[in-house]
Amino acid sequence: MNAAPLPRMSDAVFALTLALLLVAPLAVAGVALVNAGLGRSRSAAQALLGNLAIMSVSALVFALVGAAFAGCLPGGAGHVFHLAGKPWNWLGEGAFPLGGFAAAPLHAQLALLFEFLAVAMAAMLPWGSGADRWRLAAGLAAAAILAAIVFPLLAHWIWDGGWLAQLGLNFSLGAGFLDPGGAATVHALGGLSALAVVWIAGPRRGKFPNEGLSTAMPGHNAAYVLFGCLLAFTGWLAWNAAGAILWLRAPLAALPSTVINTLLSAAASLAATFAVTRIRFGKPDASLCANGWLAGLVASSACAALVTPGEAIFTGACAGIFTPLLVELLELALSIDDPSGAITVHGAAGLWGLFAAGLFAHRPGQLLAQLTGIAALVGVILPLVYLLFALLNRIVPFRVDPEGERIGMDLHELGGGAYPEFVIHRDESYR
Amino acid sequence: MKYAGLLVLPAGFFLSIAALVLFPSAFGRAVFVVCGLAVEGLGLAVAVRGHMPPRQERRL
Repeated sequence: MNAAPLPRMSDAVFALTLALLLVAPLAVAGVALVNAGLGRSRSAAQALLGNLAIMSVSALVFALVGAAFAGCLPGGAGHVFHLAGKPWNWLGEGAFPLGGFAAAPLHAQLALLFEFLAVAMAAMLPWGSGADRWRLAAGLAAAAILAAIVFPLLAHWIWDGGWLAQLGLNFSLGAGFLDPGGAATVHALGGLSALAVVWIAGPRRGKFPNEGLSTAMPGHNAAYVLFGCLLAFTGWLAWNAAGAILWLRAPLAALPSTVINTLLSAAASLAATFAVTRIRFGKPDASLCANGWLAGLVASSACAALVTPGEAIFTGACAGIFTPLLVELLELALSIDDPSGAITVHGAAGLWGLFAAGLFAHRPGQLLAQLTGIAALVGVILPLVYLLFALLNRIVPFRVDPEGERIGMDLHELGGGAYPEFVIHRDESYR
Repeated sequence: MKYAGLLVLPAGFFLSIAALVLFPSAFGRAVFVVCGLAVEGLGLAVAVRGHMPPRQERRL
């Protein structure tokens, strides 16, 4: 989206965007709390420590290596090859580490800050899906890979003038691939990485017994999950508004509608999930409703700055309808054990939001640009992440040993539990 | 089977990219991009099927 030269940013816009980016980490905190609550009590400390450690590792690795490949800061022209007479800018070019940051324009500095938050969130999402069996060391190594290789590649393609951003310029496809809030770079990447992790690590022990249905392993703290949703909402409002300023160069007058669309999408999604679970199970399901709320927020990341309020409601409602159904399908029919629901909530809802942004765009070719971006995510990023994680798994095994899984990740990896004064009941789920 | 499915995914992507390069008309591009996505869907289905843990058949 940065194909054109950066305009000069006024002091007022700079101050507002910086303020928004200081609030945006609440989205990361909220998702971390949701993931911890959806896991088991005997892995809660490891889950939250893992989130903090993943944020740290991803920030350091992105600063040292990834930012140069993303090409966020002004530097080289990027790595370009020519095909059919068109330039294909596939990788950024910059100095290590964070070379030229001090002299960069204000817009580029804020864009870099946005990418720091985005890489932290993207690297954190698979952690929730590997809960209760993914080793901390392997999780950190996977975060380092995402921050060094995969995220910079995608961020360059979409945000920093890469080939997806230039689809409009080179092939007359709307304004190029649009993703102002990170539905692709953060959520689809995180969701697809979660799928790779779940495939490689396998399901939790006892989740899919040889006979009968899968074993229900509910989250240990619904209050964490629901409070995490509220926390994430606050951060998401700031995240989407900051994304609209940075990646769409939206005027300040467009920000209230972006914020309202974010709220409407989440609200419609929650209402739809509430209704679906009420109809299917007789009572609304708290954890699925939380997933629905987050799915609405994720879908809004792609389109809140691009659609009308009615379209935001439609987008959110669709996300809220398919979220509980897809969670159920993945678990019961496809034997995919995803404790946090990241594959559905971040992966599927992110892809849906990107599609909806093209569907409701009023520019010719925009839908095709969005579909091309979706094809790149599923056709390139998923196999790439799977390959890298499968290689990593040979060096640093993802899965904890059976004894570690039995006693819980807290005791096994940290030597102490999150709730030392509580008596943890014996797990009856192993059959 | 799981690796076959994962190999089909980039094939779908290249089909979509080829559509942009080869077809000047919006309709031709749209059809081929959608076909590329359909190929990716097939690949994903095969990969999901290949990763499903083996389970004993349920007795009736």
